[in-house]
Amino acid sequence: MQVQTHVDIHSEWGIVAARQAGRKLAREIGFGSVDQARITTAISELARNIYLYANRGQIKIEEVTASGKRGIKIIAVDEGPGIKDLRRVMEDGFTTSGGLGAGLPGVKRLMDDFNLHSELNEGTTITATKWLR
Amino acid sequence: MEETKISMYQLYKDMLTSYLKSKSEHALYHAQQFSKEMMEKDMSPEETVSLHLSVFQELAEDLPEEVVDSFDLLLEVMIGYGLAYREHQSLRDRQQQLESELNVAARMQQSLLPRGEISLDSVDLGVISVPAGKMSGDYYDYALDEQENIGVAVADVIGKGIPAAMSMSMIKYAMDTLPEQRTRPAELLENLNRVVERNIESDMFITMMYGFYDPRSHQFYYASAGHEPGFVYDAHNDSFRSLEAKGLVLGVSPKVRYNEDHLKLEVGDFIVLLSDGVTECRVDGEFIEREQLVEMIRKYKHLSAQEIVDKIFLDLEKAQEFQLRDDFTLLILRRKV
Repeated sequence: MQVQTHVDIHSEWGIVAARQAGRKLAREIGFGSVDQARITTAISELARNIYLYANRGQIKIEEVTASGKRGIKIIAVDEGPGIKDLRRVMEDGFTTSGGLGAGLPGVKRLMDDFNLHSELNEGTTITATKWLR
Repeated sequence: MEETKISMYQLYKDMLTSYLKSKSEHALYHAQQFSKEMMEKDMSPEETVSLHLSVFQELAEDLPEEVVDSFDLLLEVMIGYGLAYREHQSLRDRQQQLESELNVAARMQQSLLPRGEISLDSVDLGVISVPAGKMSGDYYDYALDEQENIGVAVADVIGKGIPAAMSMSMIKYAMDTLPEQRTRPAELLENLNRVVERNIESDMFITMMYGFYDPRSHQFYYASAGHEPGFVYDAHNDSFRSLEAKGLVLGVSPKVRYNEDHLKLEVGDFIVLLSDGVTECRVDGEFIEREQLVEMIRKYKHLSAQEIVDKIFLDLEKAQEFQLRDDFTLLILRRKV
């Protein structure tokens, strides 16, 4: 297990801190500027979801390697209300916040691997990884 | 992928070089064409911005740091546009998928309607039914029994689109289970009412007119469940009158009685059944009056029943600039001999 950064999310400052940590690690791993921007956008969305729906939680960012490839993994964990209709939140055109947010489908598009686990009244864990090409 | 990136880079570089040198409209036109190619190759806005920066950095040496840095901001903003663009693409794909499912459903629905002409010496029958969207909430039927009685029906589900179409198929299946009531219009409607009342939401209603013509007695027997009145044409006096019958719409109450009425058709007389999509056609923003419809039928009455309904549909479609607001069904049954 390599470098891991934890950022607590309970305010918008936390969102910025998580972005910063993500961009730094992405740059170190060797992602280009477009991918850096994509990764930070994904982190933003995940952190905002925590902030808006669970009030508090954590973003963990780490470097991963698999079959000779390097990548960055983002884990968003909260103990919020959980997601009732998973299929619905993964649908395009559905954003509960009403705004033009990228939402979870956006995060999935920005990253390569995406995993979502949620239990009602327990919380939600989302894992998203992007590989260096 | 890598190869296309390299060739895109080269193409963009050539284009930008040429533009910076000539500042010509031609180079800009070239760029516009190139943008189509980029979209075909699935290039996102953020990749385009990044491509521009890297090409520009190569062409113009020693760019001020602020210029390069400013692209970070542009890139960040473009990520949002890129996501919206991708979402748009995926929604468009989904729309195409829904569209093709709907086409299959519409074809299925068409197969529920009777097909083929009824060619009889005794009567001349014409019918046209056109949905406002892909699926119709109108239903019509015609059928012959062994005694050559001909039954005709027009039903209209209040509402349109898919929910209406699903109710319409229920009417079709219910009709099929009631062959022995085909010569008893009131009883047929009573039975259909029971089926409809039991099976559809309380906020949905169906109106229907059913009748049958006995070619031996030349009597036309009919009953209506709150349906738009039809017309009867009296050839001898060259006059039209309304074909009406009292009765509650289907689906309101479980036990409803319907009145049955009958009239005699002389040679050349005909019956017109229609859905409210016909009378709710708007010409110059106004609903057409039943008298206007009568005049249209009169204008074409020398033609065959099928030609009359086809011509009227074409005229009304044209008058509404080819925008149907409601499903349209028109049926004519004329006594020949």
